[in-house]
Amino acid sequence: MAILINKNTRVMTQGMTGKVGQFHTINSKAYANGAQCFVAGVTPGKAGQSFEGIPIYNSVKDAKAQTGATVSVIYVPPPYAAAAIDEAVEADLDLVICITEGIPVHDMLKTRYKMQGKRTVLIGPNCPGLITPEEIKIGIMPGHIHKKGRIGVVSRSGTLTYEAVGQLSALGLGQSSCVGIGGDPINGLKHIDVLKLFNDDPETDAVIMVGEIGGTDEEECARWIKDNMRKPVVGFIAGITAPPGKRMGHAGAIISGGQGGAEDKLAVMEECGIHITRNPADMGKVMRRLIS
Amino acid sequence: MKIHEYQGKEILRQFGVPTPRGIACFSVDEAVAAAQQLGGSVWVVKAQIHAGGRGKGGGVKVAKSLDQVREYAGQILGMQLVTHQTGAEGQKVRRLLIEEGAAIVKEYYVAAVIDRSKQRVVLMASSEGGMDIEHVAAHTPEKIHKIWIDPVAGLTDAESDDISRKIGIPEAALVEARDVLKGLYRAFVEKDAMLAEINPLVLTGDQHVRALDAKFNFDSNALYRRPDIVAYRDLDEEDPAEIEASKFDLSYIPLDGNIGCLVNGAGLAMATMDIIKLYGGSPANFLDVGGGATTEKVTEAFKLMLKNPNLRAILVNIFGGIMRCDVIAEGVVAAAREVHLNVPLVVRLEGTNVELGKKILADSGLPIISGSDMADAAEKVVAAAKGN
Repeated sequence: MAILINKNTRVMTQGMTGKVGQFHTINSKAYANGAQCFVAGVTPGKAGQSFEGIPIYNSVKDAKAQTGATVSVIYVPPPYAAAAIDEAVEADLDLVICITEGIPVHDMLKTRYKMQGKRTVLIGPNCPGLITPEEIKIGIMPGHIHKKGRIGVVSRSGTLTYEAVGQLSALGLGQSSCVGIGGDPINGLKHIDVLKLFNDDPETDAVIMVGEIGGTDEEECARWIKDNMRKPVVGFIAGITAPPGKRMGHAGAIISGGQGGAEDKLAVMEECGIHITRNPADMGKVMRRLIS
Repeated sequence: MKIHEYQGKEILRQFGVPTPRGIACFSVDEAVAAAQQLGGSVWVVKAQIHAGGRGKGGGVKVAKSLDQVREYAGQILGMQLVTHQTGAEGQKVRRLLIEEGAAIVKEYYVAAVIDRSKQRVVLMASSEGGMDIEHVAAHTPEKIHKIWIDPVAGLTDAESDDISRKIGIPEAALVEARDVLKGLYRAFVEKDAMLAEINPLVLTGDQHVRALDAKFNFDSNALYRRPDIVAYRDLDEEDPAEIEASKFDLSYIPLDGNIGCLVNGAGLAMATMDIIKLYGGSPANFLDVGGGATTEKVTEAFKLMLKNPNLRAILVNIFGGIMRCDVIAEGVVAAAREVHLNVPLVVRLEGTNVELGKKILADSGLPIISGSDMADAAEKVVAAAKGN
């Protein structure tokens, strides 16, 4: 069943009636089993209305009770997005995917603190979402570049994930699931968490792990891989040419305090047995060599 | 967003952190008047620029008379101050801070930052004040002490006293050190900072602690709710190209090379810079046009890149998802016509409506070089920049 989501997943959309929420709800609903999967929207004060045939509820709790949806995707604007995550966590959902970019980092610190001891899993914020090809797409990625198969993909970046997926599909290598964990410094699932899921997934044979400068998550993941991963991993880190102290687009993509440089990450990853490439055009080719 | 030292100290004082008395000045006459107003017999004349390492670069001087205040203020105001953080060209000094002198017995380091892996605010302190903390962290990490702060409880008296003792603050100053550490933490949280640093925090001859410097960096995602911080913004300290880019919601960072890059998405934009380097070229900039690039945004992006006198070629690398390749292609063609492009342009398109996008480029009659994938595009743009 790949990881985290499949055709049986039932999804509510928080912020469905905004411009961005509307656009991506239409696209996600049109992808594979989307029409069955996207069952509710949440916009306070709009209960009883509907969008594209999807009923709207006032709260996450109501939407869950009425439709049985256990997964939420969030397109709420940045000032209110952390509160939207809090609401989903309070309602005990299984999984929350926050697409919103630009949430204040201190809001996310408070939200992550409140999530301690709760069962809800968070992906993002500032991420493209996740997809199990030909079953369900939750997020903003272009569905048509994906192909069903047995390679897992995990990445902090949106378009660079598409690049990896595009290379795989062009070589005839389909994907089990593709997870965008997002470019913010404080977020939900990290590389290591997604790698653990892929390791235990019988439908995944190998993984492409795409990282970037900033933080030490890739290093922590690499050390776990060395001791635990039973499947080959291909790795790429973006930002070898990025200067220190500059935020490279993503809030989390910054080399600071002597930490987070691409060469350091690549060195640890290589040491831990990850098949690294310094060429972003070669991610697919390296994978094909490994598994053929 | 960064601010000046004197502004940082204003914030610290709001949160009860003791600092020396000081007055910000924009001219030599103001500096002398400030020293008179402060009184005493020793003043510190401090250059106000956003970069660190000002003292070593000659931007901080101790004056022992009003004449010396005048002399030093005259030397520092208007100078191109070069520090390890400014680059070789330095930064022009336009503001001064005149401060009362302090009798320093000992210097410490304290700072609040966000620990990404622990997802907490961490308070760091060291006995090695006045030093570059990265140097301390690399060579004597045991001299840096940390407390991960519970966001509900905040920093407790016991935690404050414990870390103060570890860095050698004497018992007589522990209570005042609580004001410093708690104030620093509260300022960090309540003003949405990413970094709040006092380096050095000093112990004076009469056993008081004082913040002798203040460095803040704020979360740009939170500025919408911090108008007081936005009011501190000093555009003279920022790169004009970055300011121009931010007006059009473009994420742009100038670099040393000669190949301009225009890309959608931050990760792909970095990867594009990397692959240019891998193929023997050198990127002139980071530029993320974002997910919803319009013809106007693409045109502005071209204008920004073309302002760079070193520019020899441009690589456009788009993986269209939400953004359709035909829309981007139309934007590129319109922009290239409007800006009278005078360097080779290589375009790589992939994703939604890619064939239509490529046709628009081919039919435009413009000398656009098409890259079939990232590697092909990088190879072609590097060759083009070298004049091949």
